[in-house]
Parts: sequence; C-alpha cells; structure tokens
Amino acid sequence: VQNPPSPLLSLWPGGTRMVVSARSFADFTPQASFPIKKCDLHRLEEGPSDEALLTREQGLQYYRTMQTVRRMELKADQLYKQKIIRGFCHLYDGQEACAMGIEAGINPTDHLITAYRAHGYTFTRGVAVREILAELTGRRGGVAKGKGGSMHMYAKNFYGGNGIVGAQVPLGAGVALACQYQGNNQVCVTLYGDGAANQGQIFESFNMAALWKLPCIFICENNKFGMGTSVERSSASTDYYKRGDYIPGLKVDGMDVLCVREAIRFAADYCRAGKGPIVMELETYRYHGHSMSDPGVSYRTREEIQEVRTKNDPISMLKERMLSNNMSSVEELKEIDLEIRKVIEDAAQYAISDPEPSLDELCNHIYARDPPMEVRGTNPWVKLKSVS
Amino acid sequence: ECRLGGSAKRSYSITSCASVFQVNVRDALNQAMDEELERDERVFLLGEEVAQYDGAYKVSRGLWKKYGDKRIIDTPITEMGFAGIAVGAAFAGLRPICEFMTWNFSMQAIDQVINSAAKTYYMSAGFQTVPIVFRGPNGSSAGVAAQHSQCFAAWYGHCPGLKVVSPWNSEDARGLLKAAIRDDNPVVFLENEMMYGVPFELSEEMMHKDFVIPIGKAKVERQGTHITLVSHSRCVGFCLDAAAVLAKEGVECEVVNLRTIRPLDVDTIEASVMKTGNLVTVEGGWPQYGVGAEICARIMEGPAFNYLDAPAVRVTGVDIPMPYAKILEDHSVPQIKDIIFSVKKVLNM
Repeated sequence: VQNPPSPLLSLWPGGTRMVVSARSFADFTPQASFPIKKCDLHRLEEGPSDEALLTREQGLQYYRTMQTVRRMELKADQLYKQKIIRGFCHLYDGQEACAMGIEAGINPTDHLITAYRAHGYTFTRGVAVREILAELTGRRGGVAKGKGGSMHMYAKNFYGGNGIVGAQVPLGAGVALACQYQGNNQVCVTLYGDGAANQGQIFESFNMAALWKLPCIFICENNKFGMGTSVERSSASTDYYKRGDYIPGLKVDGMDVLCVREAIRFAADYCRAGKGPIVMELETYRYHGHSMSDPGVSYRTREEIQEVRTKNDPISMLKERMLSNNMSSVEELKEIDLEIRKVIEDAAQYAISDPEPSLDELCNHIYARDPPMEVRGTNPWVKLKSVS
Repeated sequence: ECRLGGSAKRSYSITSCASVFQVNVRDALNQAMDEELERDERVFLLGEEVAQYDGAYKVSRGLWKKYGDKRIIDTPITEMGFAGIAVGAAFAGLRPICEFMTWNFSMQAIDQVINSAAKTYYMSAGFQTVPIVFRGPNGSSAGVAAQHSQCFAAWYGHCPGLKVVSPWNSEDARGLLKAAIRDDNPVVFLENEMMYGVPFELSEEMMHKDFVIPIGKAKVERQGTHITLVSHSRCVGFCLDAAAVLAKEGVECEVVNLRTIRPLDVDTIEASVMKTGNLVTVEGGWPQYGVGAEICARIMEGPAFNYLDAPAVRVTGVDIPMPYAKILEDHSVPQIKDIIFSVKKVLNM
C-alpha cells in the first residue's frame, strides 16, 4: 500500500525534506510484501514462503543491525592495520544478511553457535559493539575480559566463537540435545562454513541429530571459499544443503535478509514440531579475505568482489527495497548511518583507551566455583594465584 | 540398620551389618552413578553400549532399565561426535557423563576434551562452565596389545582447565566419581579395567549417598619411615604388596595414593619425602614426560629436595608399544619385584 507524498513537502525550499518522526508515520509505507527467491529443496515437499512481509519497523531494524555489523567489521579492519588488533581477525562484511536474517527468525531464548567468523553473530546475539571491539583489542572491558579474543566471545544462548574448524557442530547438536532433554521447545542454530562442511564430525553430528531427532538447525554459510580453496577444489559435492543425506535441506539466498528470515522460520518450525534436524545452505559472500592476513585476491578476482558489491550487497538490497516502496527515505537512512558511525567511533575509542587486563587476571578462571589455588608460573619461584 | 540399595543386594554381601560392605570397584562406580542420577535430573550418561548392553564392562549395569532412554544413551561409534555433543549439552545446562569405552578411543575426540571442554571457562573469562565427566578404563589390560593399552594420565594431566582423577580402590572410585559428577569443571576420570572386579571393604560412612572424596587430595595408604612410594591407580596395590615384602626385611615404606593427577597434591608428597628422605614413583604409563617425571621435577624444585638422601627414581611401564604375547606383556609393565628392586637400589641395600 503506497501513501501519496505529504502535501507539506511543497513548503520546504529546494524540495528538500526534513524528516520528523511524527511525520514519518503518516509519510511512509507501514509494510510491504516482497517476492523472494524460491529455495532449492532436498527431501522436502514444501519450503518457505516465496513472499516475505516486511514492516517499516523491521526494515529499519534490519538495516540498522546490518549496517552496524558492516561498520564494526570495517573499523576492526582499520584497527588491525594500525596494529591495535593482533592475531586472528576473520571479518564478516558481506555476510550480514545471514546473521540478521537468522536472528530475525528465531527467539532470543533459542541458541546459536558458530565458528571463528563470529563478530556479526556476537552482535546479533546481544553483545554491544564496544565490548566486541574491546575484546579484539584485548582490553579488560572486552566481552571475555580480553582473555578470549576474536574467536572466543560468548553471551547468553550464544556459545561462541570457536577456533577449531567443525568442532562447533557437535557442540551445537549437544545444545540441541539439552533443549530436547529439558523440553523447552527451543532450537539450536549450528553454523559452519563450506570449508568445514567436509569435516567427519559434522557427519557424525548429522547421524546422531537425525537418530535422536534433535532440534538442531545445521547451517552451512557457503561463501564459496574455505580460506584460499574454492568449493570446487575442496568438495566432491558442492550441494551443501544435500550433504545431510537423510536430513532434509534447503538452499537459501544468503544475501537477502528476508529470504534468510523466512527460511529460518521454516526451519525452526520444523524442528520445534519434533521432526528432527534440518540442514540449510546460505549462499553468501565475504568481501574480505579469509582473515586479515589474507588479501583475498590471489584466489578470486577483484572484479568478482566488485560485482557482488554492486549487484548483490545485502544492505544495498534492503535499502533499495525500502526506498522504492517508500518505507523510508534517503535522509532517514543517512541519519541512521550517522548514528551508527557515532556508535562505532565511540566503541573504537573505548576499545583503544580501555586498559589491558590486570596481571592479577592471568591465572583466573581455570576452574569454576573452586577455592583459590596456586598456579605454576614461568619458574619455580613465581607463585601465581587463580580464583574462580 | 543395614543399608541395602536395590542393585546393591546383588553385588555385595554384608560381613557385619553395622560396619563394612564388600564392594568391588565396578559396583562402586555403578552405585555412584546411580545415586548421582537420582540426586540430580540434569545428570545423564552417554557412550557406546552403556544402555541396553549394560556397559561394555558392565559398569552401567541396570541403569538403563531404571532410568530409561532419556538419561542413559547408547551412541553410535563416533567418539568425536558424541564427545562434542556431550560438551555442548554441558554448555547448555546439563551434567553429562561421557563414557569412552577405553581411553584409547578418546584420541578420536581429544580436541573436544581439550579445546572445547578444558579451555572454555578460561577463554570465556568465567562466563561458560563445562560441568562434564569423561570416564572409562585407562592403561594396560590383559592381552589387548598396543592400540588398546595406553595410559593417558600424563597426556590429560598436562592440560590446565581439566581435573584428572585416577582412583585405585572402591572407596576412591565411589568418592571420586561422585565428586567428579558434582564438580562444575570438566573431569577426566581414569578407571582401570583390571580393578573392576576387585572387592574392597567400604564402611557405612563410605556408603552414604553424600560420601565424596575431595579432588586434588592424595591419601597416605600406609605409613612408613624409610622411603616414600607415590603411585596412582592399580600400581598403588603393587606398592602395598611390595611394602609388605620389604617390611619383612625391616624397610618401612610410606605409600601415597595420588588419587588425583591434576591438580597434583604436591604438599602430601613433599611432607612424606621430608619425613622419609627417599622417593620412588610408580606408574603404569610410559616413562618419558610422565606422571613420575612431573613428581620428581616438583620435588627438585621444592623444599623436599634438601631432605633427599638419594636421587628420586621412577618405576614405569617399559618404553615400548604394548606387545601381545603374555611373557612380553608381563615384562612391559611394572611388577612388584621392580618396585622392591628400585627401593633397595635407592636405599643402597
């Protein structure tokens, strides 16, 4: 449903519009239905709807969230190049629609676990940007007090951040087992990449999840490259949504946040109905290389990357949809961008200025709920203390 | 007031109604799990053959019949997968007991034990606990050859974030398994197949359902004055046997049962060495980078060194993959005569 532009527009010189919130409601389209790409199905009679309803509120929220992740990752890139972030840093820009779409389609009480390209999910699962950046810079205000780093951030119902390729998949199936055991109608979203998809422990997880009908949504984020190895060079079968074999699967356009959302809703309903696990493949793309030490252009062309940016960027696509349906305005989105920029700048400032953890922290958190104990230092005379 | 549990009736006879019960190690483990399953509904057991087969070594006999499919779960032969699933369940609020049919098979899953279980509490700066017990028989058995005979005490004992426990007798098995299940940390519980059928006396106090032995505390099984023998698991029994023989020759051995590999109770060992002045460690595992090596290093670095009258010495398994033929196997593991020989060498007898 399209509302005609407000007659008040003509009062403003030069045709510019001032966006005032009270006016926004009257001015903008409250919701619209969008056709979305149909999913390829494996062992499923029906798939998700090929139409998605988007409210203005949702659109703005998705935009804000994806843009925040985008800006946060680019800020991390900058801080890494300034050597303020060190070690491993695997950036998520390009893949925002996956994290956002998933979060939009599940409940906060559902569970999620992913691999090392985890900053986006850490944010969508509720951790503030400043705590993420401060963790990357290794400061005491980081979400893991600086002790975990890029790959080891945790939050309620978010189990990281995992550094060992594929290991998070049995873990996720285990979280799903706990959901089933506790009878709480929750599901666990368990993510892995195209590189991990050939790991034996993933097939072990498929087997047990199917056998015991665990409420586990296995999701392969296929960004076409496992580090520097393309899917064609790593996998005898690149139909990752079919690799669950006896487990039904669907292939989803991972650059379209609405597609992802509809798919995850479908998958979560499936699991909650007690039908067992389901496999999803999200076709997506990462703009950065595998990590900050990989320029990302030795195994793919700059032209390819640029083409995705111009034709398939998830944030641009959402923006396009909202603007062309009068669900928002260029000015409103620009304002959001400015707000986000400020959030990121403040977070970066915090991440740079927050002090490093105290050396007293060094040996803490070895054991949980134990009395303090002595820990061996680098030499026999150094007696360090550990508290839970 | 004789205390008789359901499964207990079959497994032990009462020698004296009020005081002692004969319980073998297998049944001690079984009863401990039974009681903890009953006490806390978050506790569950998974592993190969633990349910309908009653356990490959019958340690979980009767549990599936009593608790059913939800809490006693038979897994496929996929250690890496089910160990990971167990750790994930622990993340999400359950208290799994993950059985490895033997600890040799844990190598398939060792990444989950170390990287997913042991390190997570630290990496998350105390946010994510992992209240899991990994258990199963460890070390040499009888005639099972090289791939089924390795001792993992040193491997797992190496890693911060884990607790590693190695019971010897039924009291140890019962008290330490209960403590391990109640512990909010990942515990590696190293049993011994050859000990499963060995009966020991348990007092009424030990049969109490809240009887726990603190993890990280060694026990002096036998007081002595001339030399300290430190051991864990089955070798504790050999040390006691050696001590009995040596006593006839006037040598009084103090036998320390480690009970826990990590955290190591250095204080008890040091106090003993400071009393006796001599140390022999005894273990079934290989010598290089082993439990005995660690104990000797700690004694060197601590106050007890000044009390040593002779260098500390280790008795260990032979540094070879375990052979099959009985005569070779017998000579691959420490025997009582090896302990006696080493004691006499240290004491310059």
